[in-house]
Amino acid sequence: MIIKGKVWKFKDNIDTDVIIPARYLNTSDPKELALHCMEDCNPEFVKKMNQGDIIVAGKNFGCGSSREHAPIAIKGAGVSCVIAKSFARIFFRNAINIGLPIFESEEAVDQCLPGDLLEVDTEKGIIKNLSKDKVCKTSPLPEFIQRIISVGGLREYVKKELKRRGENV
Amino acid sequence: MGKTIVEKILSSHTDTDNFKIGDIIKARVDFAFANDITAPIAIKYFKESGAGQVFDKKRVGLIPDHFAPNKDIKSAEQCKLLREFAREYKIENYFEIGKMGVEHALLPEKGLVLPGDIVVGADSHTDTSGALGAFAIGVGSTDLAAIMALGEVWLKVPPTIKFVYSGKLNKWVSGKDLILYTISKIGVDGANYKVMEFSGEAIKGLSMDNRFTMCNMAIEAGAKTGIIEPDKITLEYLKGRAKRPYQIYKSDPDAHYEKIIEIDVSKIEPQVAFPHLPENAKPISKAKGIKIDQSIIGSCTNGRIEDLRIAAEILKGQQVHPEVRLIVIPATQDIYLQALREGLIDIFISSGAAVSTPTCGPCLGGYMGILAKGERAISTTNRNFVGRMGHPESEVYLASPAVAAASAIVGRIASPEEVKQG
Repeated sequence: MIIKGKVWKFKDNIDTDVIIPARYLNTSDPKELALHCMEDCNPEFVKKMNQGDIIVAGKNFGCGSSREHAPIAIKGAGVSCVIAKSFARIFFRNAINIGLPIFESEEAVDQCLPGDLLEVDTEKGIIKNLSKDKVCKTSPLPEFIQRIISVGGLREYVKKELKRRGENV
Repeated sequence: MGKTIVEKILSSHTDTDNFKIGDIIKARVDFAFANDITAPIAIKYFKESGAGQVFDKKRVGLIPDHFAPNKDIKSAEQCKLLREFAREYKIENYFEIGKMGVEHALLPEKGLVLPGDIVVGADSHTDTSGALGAFAIGVGSTDLAAIMALGEVWLKVPPTIKFVYSGKLNKWVSGKDLILYTISKIGVDGANYKVMEFSGEAIKGLSMDNRFTMCNMAIEAGAKTGIIEPDKITLEYLKGRAKRPYQIYKSDPDAHYEKIIEIDVSKIEPQVAFPHLPENAKPISKAKGIKIDQSIIGSCTNGRIEDLRIAAEILKGQQVHPEVRLIVIPATQDIYLQALREGLIDIFISSGAAVSTPTCGPCLGGYMGILAKGERAISTTNRNFVGRMGHPESEVYLASPAVAAASAIVGRIASPEEVKQG
């Protein structure tokens, strides 16, 4: 898949409490959560972003709580992917599990400025900065993650595994 | 070459032989749980998966603790989902209001998570149970749905950083101060994807309550989990609690660690983590004098009986400062009852504190002590992120129960020594 979008840049250590503040966790509806995405670090974000825009951040993106509401809010808002220098581990798992594409690349993050236009090839892990005319390649996802993605996410994997076990009984 | 405690636990829960760090393994789960925030999504996906039942009715826990007792209609709907699911699927470990507590304090107390276990919870502070010598990790809701259906989890085998704590603790220095100090040394991503193994003579001398506090905050350094080898103190704690047999694992002397970090605890003062990251810890001598509006003593980090005893020792015969709200939240009903029997609740209320039924409440800005714009709290909780306890322009300073209690009396961040000699 090829993703194209404008960059919204965030700093290091963006935690899940600013991605989706806990005061909105009394629901798990993606549309409702999306209305408050990044509200406590950039209240303008949801109002001004366009569908397909890309979040670019520093290290340790998504640190803190295990709330899956964080990647759900980001995906629900229409963000096409997140590129960061590194991700906190639970956020990483959650994003993969719900099908939000994420990429780790120090180079890509350092190269881009807010508003730059990026083109991302999600399968090859190639990030093109069209505004700066620069290209960088991220490391491919671990094989097991690719396997989960290839069957359509963890939820589909579980259905297949339950079926397989049923057949084995 | 020898193995670490974590490598041994993982080996005993997988059919894969000879895995190495970085490999992906499928591991059997001994106990899985979720709360009123994370369970609703997990339940939805579990039902969609077509699994007719959970992998083991005795090994799934559902704990309404975050916004419970229900703080509003939406929270009430979420808690209702847990209750109905527990009844429908005959989940044995659903904890109703009146019996519930903050999950990470409640599950060890009830003997449901044990040494040698793989514990997976849909909450980041699941690492707390590592204090028992279990491999305990936090995940999200989709992961938990998969575990409820399959009884197993995908794991990337993590490297371990060993922390060796030597020396004697100074007066008023607790597990909370050790972990805040440690996070300040390695940073909030200093252990990302890794295990923090806490060891050394200073850890051997720590009570279980202090050990839980330390493992609880391993996630604040990004860790996959924190863990402490079981010893006599662990076994003593488990007596009369453990609901099933368990296995003790210990790290071999020649186990491989990614790094070994030595810390002399005799040089550590009580710590205070400044806004807005847990890594911003400073010694109390550099934090004194900051005016506060609220003090919170409670949470999965510091709402256990020893925490309440220390707070009561400081508050006894004293009055909470007229411009401060002190809110004390015992983490479980058993802790609440014990505190009542020991006269601690009497001390709190007599000093002018509010005492709440167990809940996560203010820790994550849910309710029961939300901060207004510009307000500042000292808190025994685990995170001081922007807006964590309320308004985005409020502030949270993290500290031990001793410092939170002393600060509540003085009205400013204060050392216990300022209100109590010796």
